[in-house]
Amino acid sequence: MATVTTPPDVTPPPAGRPATAPKPRRVGGTRFRLTPYLLLIPALVLELAVHVLPILAGIWMSTRGLTQFFVRNWSEAPFVGLGNYRIVLDLDGPAGRDLLHSLVVTTFYTVLSVGLAWLLGMTAAVLLQKDFRGRGLLRTLFLTPYALPAYAAIITWTFLLQRDTGLLNHVLVDQLGVTQDRPFWLIGGNSFWSLVVVSVWRTWPFALLCLTAGLQTVPGELYEAASIDGAGFWRQLRSITLPMLRPVNQVLILVLFLWTFNDFNTPYVLFGRSAPYEADLISVHIYQASFTTWNFGLGSAMSVLLLAFLLVVTGTYLVLTRRWRSDD
Amino acid sequence: MTEPRWLRITRPIVLGLLATFTLVPIYVMLTSALKPLKDVQAGFRWWPSELTVQPFLDIWDTVPLGRYFLNSLAVSGAAALLSVTVAIFAAYAVSRFRFRGRGTFSITVLSTQMFPGILFLLPLFLIYVNVGKLTGLDLYGTRTGLILTYLTFSLPFSIWMLVGYFDSIPRGLDEAAAVDGCGPLRTLLQVVLPTALPGVVAVTVYAFMTAWGEVLFASVLTSESSRTLAVGLQGYSTQNEVYWNQVMAASLVVSIPVVAGFLLLQRQFVAGLTAGAVK
Repeated sequence: MATVTTPPDVTPPPAGRPATAPKPRRVGGTRFRLTPYLLLIPALVLELAVHVLPILAGIWMSTRGLTQFFVRNWSEAPFVGLGNYRIVLDLDGPAGRDLLHSLVVTTFYTVLSVGLAWLLGMTAAVLLQKDFRGRGLLRTLFLTPYALPAYAAIITWTFLLQRDTGLLNHVLVDQLGVTQDRPFWLIGGNSFWSLVVVSVWRTWPFALLCLTAGLQTVPGELYEAASIDGAGFWRQLRSITLPMLRPVNQVLILVLFLWTFNDFNTPYVLFGRSAPYEADLISVHIYQASFTTWNFGLGSAMSVLLLAFLLVVTGTYLVLTRRWRSDD
Repeated sequence: MTEPRWLRITRPIVLGLLATFTLVPIYVMLTSALKPLKDVQAGFRWWPSELTVQPFLDIWDTVPLGRYFLNSLAVSGAAALLSVTVAIFAAYAVSRFRFRGRGTFSITVLSTQMFPGILFLLPLFLIYVNVGKLTGLDLYGTRTGLILTYLTFSLPFSIWMLVGYFDSIPRGLDEAAAVDGCGPLRTLLQVVLPTALPGVVAVTVYAFMTAWGEVLFASVLTSESSRTLAVGLQGYSTQNEVYWNQVMAASLVVSIPVVAGFLLLQRQFVAGLTAGAVK
């Protein structure tokens, strides 16, 4: 990106009288030095109460044997040190094996969903770059899944994917005759793919939204100049569009990653209370482990491990993509 | 720029496929809501054997949808209004003042948005239960607890979007107000806020949508009397059979308020949601 450097508009004060140069006038001056902090207090208190405090409490809970007997008097739960972590990290035990399995499933799910959502969003954004009749209408249509309440949209997919009464099997089996027996889409191995499709359906509009806004900042002259130089569509995409979108992509991919990795709504509404083993995403896994056994100590330990994992991934990502923002 | 021919041919095909992908579930929702029960019990059919509005009448009796609706309305409305009020002050501070900790505040608030919800869920559940036991203030199983929770969910993005709107208002206006003797609070209320009103409305709708669509906390923190639509809609499935036509009708009814709001304010949304990412 071309940076325009403006000459500094502050002329150094003449030697000999450094302190008397008039300061630029500020609104309010020193009288309001406390004002910004006062304005922030409500937001800070709320964030502390509902986000920071529970995280700290969660870390504390993960060191306690917090079972159903202590839900109403949690301070009396016995201290177990790292015992909970030992249980959920023990890969020979069932808890550890299931957690690892869930982590692997979630990782595959996230990579596939984010990749596809980005690809669809990018494709549509580029194809909608040129104005044509009906473009506005199409954009609005594409954004609708993002606007729908999650549960209403996902429950529609649940209906659509029913084995006996759903649209998908009606098309595949009755109308096209692709297979003879009706496959299950919400049980077994297929459930994973159902999850990916629904997730992509719900998230790609957000990618489209961000990428469309990003494309609007690319000056049209760049494409004209490139056309004159004989650069074709793909060359322009590679040399102009993608580099100009790097700052948008850095944030977009991270946001998509975190949303998808922590996705609870899609599996919970799609499968109901019991998620299939093949589609056991981490949020639902922790949720079910905690609320079926009421062992909040174990649940907290898994949550803390999840947080640590996400922090490491996010940190690594930000370091690796730092130059996306600066050097181009 | 002249387009290659293959692009002129591919564009309508690809956009058509994407439109189909987007539309199929919406089509299923719309048509199935108008089907009699027998149409959704046997195999799937593309068009109702007879069009009926009966599902729209039945949904209120099969489960207490009216109460869920009012609960969602009260919780989402209160959470949105409170969240935006708090966000306005915070965003004004970030947009108009240079103070120590400004960057840290912005990053910290935004990053809480990224933490997994499940991380807060278990502690928050226990905190609400135990606060209720100690102080008598019922946060677990009540709308108050849910409002408190939801208002902080939309807070980070609300602040982020509002900072963007406020930044786009020329500072000359503030300075003129200051010359006229307005303090920062009056400047905010009488100068900045009226100018940023379209943005503020968009943020309010965003906060409302966030609360309206939340499932995870609603499934744990509500009791039967405070149940919201997110959980209530599953009531049609716990019976012996699933009344899919009613489920679709109910889904449609609960979607209309937020989809209408979103589409009306689409432009402000796009500007606000992406302001930070594009910058």
